[in-house]
Amino acid sequence: METNLTINGTQQHLDLDPRTTLLDALRHHLGLTGSKKGCDHGQCGACTVMVNGRRINACLTLACMHDGDEVTTIEGIGQPGNLSPLQEAFVSEDGFQCGYCTPGQICSATAMLEEISNGWPSHVTDDLDGKAKLTPEEVSERMSGNLCRCSAYPNIVEAIRKAAGGTA
Amino acid sequence: MRHFDYTRAESAQGAVRQAASGGTFIAGGTNLLDLMKLEVMAPEALIDINRLDLNEIEETDDGGLRIGALVTNSDLANDTRIRKGWPVLSRALLAGASGQLRNKATTGGNLLQRTRCLYFYDRAMPCNKREPGTGCSAIDGVNRILAVLGTSEHCIATHPSDMAVAMRALGAEVETLQEDGSTRRLTLDDLYLLPGDRPDQETVLEPGELITAVVLPAPVDAKQTYRKVRDRASYAFALVSVAGLVKVENGQIARADLAFGGLAPKPWRNAEVEDLLTGAAPSEDLFNTAADLLLAEAKGFGGNDFKIPLARRTLVSVLNELTEEAQQ
Repeated sequence: METNLTINGTQQHLDLDPRTTLLDALRHHLGLTGSKKGCDHGQCGACTVMVNGRRINACLTLACMHDGDEVTTIEGIGQPGNLSPLQEAFVSEDGFQCGYCTPGQICSATAMLEEISNGWPSHVTDDLDGKAKLTPEEVSERMSGNLCRCSAYPNIVEAIRKAAGGTA
Repeated sequence: MRHFDYTRAESAQGAVRQAASGGTFIAGGTNLLDLMKLEVMAPEALIDINRLDLNEIEETDDGGLRIGALVTNSDLANDTRIRKGWPVLSRALLAGASGQLRNKATTGGNLLQRTRCLYFYDRAMPCNKREPGTGCSAIDGVNRILAVLGTSEHCIATHPSDMAVAMRALGAEVETLQEDGSTRRLTLDDLYLLPGDRPDQETVLEPGELITAVVLPAPVDAKQTYRKVRDRASYAFALVSVAGLVKVENGQIARADLAFGGLAPKPWRNAEVEDLLTGAAPSEDLFNTAADLLLAEAKGFGGNDFKIPLARRTLVSVLNELTEEAQQ
């Protein structure tokens, strides 16, 4: 199936078996192995990427469904020597141990901070119309689609709050 | 995953025609692809409807909203009109799944998602829903998450949606498009079938029939809430949930619209319970009598027996919350 994707700003033309998930297209066809395959069933969030600015599970969508879409992976968020504020904060706050879930955590958190600045409420937000504060409870709820087997959660939450500069 | 033919639909009618001759729609795909990977579902043809023009939320003439079937769960939960006028729906959506899944899952797909019964997913075990006539492994098996109302001797699966529970309480209707070009509207009660002796048949939709929209009636003047009880604080299916809209006037309950999740094969609503509450003065005794009525025919299967008292406590608690000011 002919599919055109813009990945991290670069146009890519792929001819794929329709069964190819977006995650497998990134990892196997484009060599972008930053996005990780954890459960392959949308439960762990290690495969999180942004499509047209929204975070999704790349394992639970077919690449051919995204013809014309813009995809941002961890490789597009930061590079060695050019880390994003969230990546810097994960390092300084020790937001990981093995690191396998980290690309998904960073992609997810990058989009999540955008959601919160757009005024999206969450399950734990008291006022559906008020602007949510980035409390630890809000971060945990909004990041519940990203599991960490090493259970670095307290530091992940702190890293995200630090990167947001307490302004969200 | 088994091989399938893949086409991108260019018109709703074209998609319906194609699906009627043997094809499965894919929108968000977050449940369907999961099931296809496990080969619980193995459609021969996938019809990708994502490019259809079904992603708007429009106001209707009578003050309601018409929600396109492709509106994502995130966009619906965060729509400012929904947040203000139908907050129980925002709350139900935000209580479901994860941020990533809500960004992909659609309104129509959410309604048609399949049960999370462990045996439906486990191809090594009999399941009447997956393979009719093979038996139900859950009735004498691990059934902690399964239904206590509306079950049959052939299936005790629950419908997993939170969104649909709120929509049932709100009296939402689905609009569909059929192969011959006609449209119809169905209440959620009419859309879903109880398992009976054909648990593989979950809705009244004809082959190829496409949900194009969900229509919400005008906002109800009532206090509303969505209470979800689950094993984890986030990202878990409901064991019991209640969508409630209650209005108290002059010390009496003027209206009580209640729907329940986690208890039954479809979002559950019981008119007798609502009739009992309407016109009565709110009290703990009244709420317990309402729970008696709701759960009169509830039947546990061992592992899920706890849901019956849990449903009682959840209902009483929700009714207390929604009538709190009137009871002071």
